[in-house]
Amino acid sequence: MTESPATKPANGDVCQRVKNGLKPERNGLLKSLHRCHERQYKHQCHPEEEEVHAASHHDSLYSRPFVESFEETPMLVAVLTYMGYGILTIFGYLRDFLRHWKIERCHIAREKEEQKDFVPLYQDFENFYTRNLYMRIRDNWNRPICSVPGAKVDLMERASHDYNWTFEYTGRVVRDVINLGSYNYLGFAENFGPCADSAAEVTMKYGVGVASTRQEIGNLDRHEDMEKLVAKFLGVESAMAFGMGFATNSMNIPALTGKGCLILSDELNHASLVLGARLSGSTIRVFKHNNMQSLEKLLREAIVHGQPRTHRPWKKILIVVEGIYSMEGSIVRLPEVIALKKRYRAYLYLDEAHSIGALGPRGRGVVDYFGLDPRDVDVMMGTFTKSFGAAGGYIAGKRELIEYLRSHSHSAVYATSMSPPVVEQIITSMKCIMGEDGTTIGCDRVRQLAENTVYFRKRLREMGFIIYGNEDSPVVPMMLYMPAKIGAFGREMLKRDIGVVVVGFPATPIIESRARFCISAAHTKEMLDRALSVISEVGDLLQLKYSRHRIQPSMARPFDDNMYEDIDD
Amino acid sequence: MSFKSFTDYLAWLYYQYLLITGIYVLEPWEKSIFNSILFSAIAMVIYTSYVFVPIHVRLALEFFSGIFGGQPESTMALMN
Repeated sequence: MTESPATKPANGDVCQRVKNGLKPERNGLLKSLHRCHERQYKHQCHPEEEEVHAASHHDSLYSRPFVESFEETPMLVAVLTYMGYGILTIFGYLRDFLRHWKIERCHIAREKEEQKDFVPLYQDFENFYTRNLYMRIRDNWNRPICSVPGAKVDLMERASHDYNWTFEYTGRVVRDVINLGSYNYLGFAENFGPCADSAAEVTMKYGVGVASTRQEIGNLDRHEDMEKLVAKFLGVESAMAFGMGFATNSMNIPALTGKGCLILSDELNHASLVLGARLSGSTIRVFKHNNMQSLEKLLREAIVHGQPRTHRPWKKILIVVEGIYSMEGSIVRLPEVIALKKRYRAYLYLDEAHSIGALGPRGRGVVDYFGLDPRDVDVMMGTFTKSFGAAGGYIAGKRELIEYLRSHSHSAVYATSMSPPVVEQIITSMKCIMGEDGTTIGCDRVRQLAENTVYFRKRLREMGFIIYGNEDSPVVPMMLYMPAKIGAFGREMLKRDIGVVVVGFPATPIIESRARFCISAAHTKEMLDRALSVISEVGDLLQLKYSRHRIQPSMARPFDDNMYEDIDD
Repeated sequence: MSFKSFTDYLAWLYYQYLLITGIYVLEPWEKSIFNSILFSAIAMVIYTSYVFVPIHVRLALEFFSGIFGGQPESTMALMN
């Protein structure tokens, strides 16, 4: 551990730092000390208290401080979490035993009587988990709504009389629930205003769909307008849009890479990227989350050793990263990724599903956030589902790339073209963000979102919750850890009229269950304050304030400047 | 947390117990199974310690006093 004067405790003692053995290298920052990451500690350091906290100040790479924190899971909490899962697992086995001997009825799909001796379908852990853990707290997910999912939302009340195996609607509506769960970053999910009006107008003119693919007779002038606008918005040569965000990833990566290519994928990449990478048939190697050390090691190995057995060089090396990781709230270290990509001549596929619109002073995603040149990213992918309040996804990049994809991508060839009202929603909201509608609404919303994010994160941190991720990321994961607290948090928040998303296994590692708040520009200060006070109240009730770092470590820390100097070309 | 009454405090403690052990999510009959197993185990531990700990402590004391204690004077007296 390097020690600089700034991190030494005031009394001159070098505190003993005890690692508690859990995630010692979350995000790999320990190894990267001699590079551009730093671990910082509170000045008064207590034994067995540790936070992985990264701040990068390299002037040439980061124009603003890059602060990401993943506080270590407290030891006691981790032990109690495992104990809780242990108890629930024992009861799960008990219930499975009762179901097996027909003492109680099984409500879920199971093997047919005549197929008992076949390969079992429902015996793996995921099925066990669904049957015995997820079902018990299922009322926290898939809640039906009956209004536009804006800053506030109306929920249909439902009740279960058989412990969440079935639900029935009571007929009542829970009104004005503050919505902290939608990816409505810029608040364009509205049923009034210019976007909705123009979408309605286009519906009258074009109808709702042409029921054909873009390559055949489904190509409308609005589609081409939209693609030109997307390219202009992103600052690239060309772009193309698809009707489904998930398919944009999973169908276009196979068009870009194939056998003999190497995909370097972040370990926390979204399922669509993972599926696309697997479908492509390329070799996939996974690097640690946002860990440039790990990425560089893989790149070096790939170039030195080439393909396995034959040792021929890889045809292509594609680095696949996301802009904002939706479960961790972290932002990709894009300047470093681009530096590495240039140094090792790899290609970069950037999935801006969450970051487009939500990051950057002009709302143009993570490239804008770091002030980089969009031409450095080979394949820019993003969705219209989140910030733009529409549906679908896009791929943008060089003209040749897009023309190649237009004729080779499965989702371009076979998928039905986008519905004109959706296209119109994208065009109107994008023009609004760009300021081309003659107002400053879009610009204000981008700024409002950034303000809301900083405010919400700061307040939660002050309250003593463990918050993951980057300070500027509008996705705010708050750690819950214990299985019962997942259910209790969602229910208690809904009781107090706040709708939140709680996340557990399999979307996260088994002990790192969390609640995920998505901040929107549509949230007013009053809404956020109310939400925060309720979160604090529920946090006290459920004892969720795990954090042992009440004060942020200071960031005035000198920095080694001897890295990446030789990378620029 | 501020509590209006001692009962509130006990209720809150029970709620924490439910959350930490995870039995918050269980059905009532499962909760009662868990509680009865846990409390009977605790009761048995307490009862066992009540019955056996004094005996063991006395035996241990005798053992150690046999090792570290000096020769009883009565032994000398016998030799005389």
